[in-house]
Amino acid sequence: MPGQPSPAERPLPVFPEPDTEPFWAATAEHRLTYQVCRACGEVVFYPRRHCPGCTGGEPEWRDSAGRGTLYTFTVVRQNGHPFFRARIPYVVGLVDLDEGFRMMAEIAADPDSVHVDQRVTVDWEDHPGLSVPVFRPE
Amino acid sequence: MAAPAAAIAGIHEFEKRAAGGLSPLQIKAECAARALEDAGLTWADVDAVYDASEAGRMQGLTIAEYFGVTPRVLDTTAVGGSSYEFHAAHAARDIAAGKANVALLTYGSTAHSDRRAIGTGWRGGSEAQPAANMERPYGLTLVGNYAMVARRHMAQYGTTPEQLAEIAVTTRRHAMRNPQAVAGLADIGIRDVREITVDDVLGSRLIADPLHLLECCIVSDGGGAVVIVSPAVAAGIRTRPAWILGTGEALGYPAGGADITSTAAARSGKEAFGQAGLRPEEIDIAMIYDSFTITVLAILEDLGFAKKGEGGPFAAGGRLAFDHPGGPALNTDGGGLSSNHPGMRGIFLLIEATRQLRGESTAQVPGARLAVAHGNGGLLGTRHAACTILLGTG
Repeated sequence: MPGQPSPAERPLPVFPEPDTEPFWAATAEHRLTYQVCRACGEVVFYPRRHCPGCTGGEPEWRDSAGRGTLYTFTVVRQNGHPFFRARIPYVVGLVDLDEGFRMMAEIAADPDSVHVDQRVTVDWEDHPGLSVPVFRPE
Repeated sequence: MAAPAAAIAGIHEFEKRAAGGLSPLQIKAECAARALEDAGLTWADVDAVYDASEAGRMQGLTIAEYFGVTPRVLDTTAVGGSSYEFHAAHAARDIAAGKANVALLTYGSTAHSDRRAIGTGWRGGSEAQPAANMERPYGLTLVGNYAMVARRHMAQYGTTPEQLAEIAVTTRRHAMRNPQAVAGLADIGIRDVREITVDDVLGSRLIADPLHLLECCIVSDGGGAVVIVSPAVAAGIRTRPAWILGTGEALGYPAGGADITSTAAARSGKEAFGQAGLRPEEIDIAMIYDSFTITVLAILEDLGFAKKGEGGPFAAGGRLAFDHPGGPALNTDGGGLSSNHPGMRGIFLLIEATRQLRGESTAQVPGARLAVAHGNGGLLGTRHAACTILLGTG
């Protein structure tokens, strides 16, 4: 896993962080993963060792098909961070995956073409040791 | 409703929006001294201290020494801009429990002098935390986070940019009646300080769609202090007490398919109004944390001033102006949008609500009897803290 990125690169997760490390390890194989509790069936996201739905829970990892609906989004037009400043304008949204979890992600699309409730599919931006999920309109 | 157990007896808002070299601690101490004088009290009377550590790490260890007070109660709840409403709720509870008689709440910040880019700076941090690890790569700014709520609100209910803009128009109108706000806007470098129109708001540049520059709070220096006292102390003070009639606290975070247009205010408001035995339509003054226009719109709905989804039409037509019948009057000091936002605005909501109940606002609602101060801290679209305080003349 990479260390701290330089300011001109995309900021990445910081490790060690044992709750989210398995999620990011799976991204290296272009697998988008989430958790379901073996005891109560709760869909868990972001990833955790415990189940927030029941005290006896055991979240297990599953692969998502990576398809979902754009719940909401914004077009970021000002960001002081050097990496993002160079990308302006770009779209960030919340995606409701078909398996029942919601995640934040960048939406790789012309800002003028994006709309709420649009269907999107996961794609990947590769980095050393992990890939960042990016969603594209279907 | 039981007799109120505590009242705001002393207030002070730092007059400037550019602190001229004072430190956040110096601002806090100056405001504390002025607020104690306002109540006719001194440092020696303070027996409870509430601090959000905005002036440095773990200030609970050092702030009482700096002021020169000896508290029996110490509370360091730090939940962003709503911290001061939480402090007021906790102070009322601590006083009701007999643990304190004179509670001191303070705030100080030099965000403007420090050139802090609060809304559009880097917020990803470098901590190895689960939520941060899942969001850091995507470059969502603070403005963008709130903008996602606005976008969903528009899609779900048909809320229009014009309706959101009305909130900024109203708060600027109120600010132009407030000499400290007018001087402050000039002092922080805003050219052409004047009333604005819906067209001005929608003509300002987009920061994060659909939020425009004039829908975002300013970044100022500033601070304030609030002194909350027991009924026995209130009986002897020279100011008119603003009684704490009800309080409610809640947190909001994204769980499953939660509707992000409904904020934690729906729960904190229900709790506070229930305790006070009041209904939203009875409220004269709505001091609602206006980090952005959408914050106000969603919270007005969640507190019950309008049905969910109907905040847009509710806010239209100047309804929230101090001189418009059918109110409530919104952020009569000019709000965070146009008067004072040094990063964590919560204390000013309590201060202006108290001014209104004393009859001392620069946009005074004649005979104002009941006010709500609602703080929102954190990020509305992901995780946020909400606290509702109901105040009355008693």
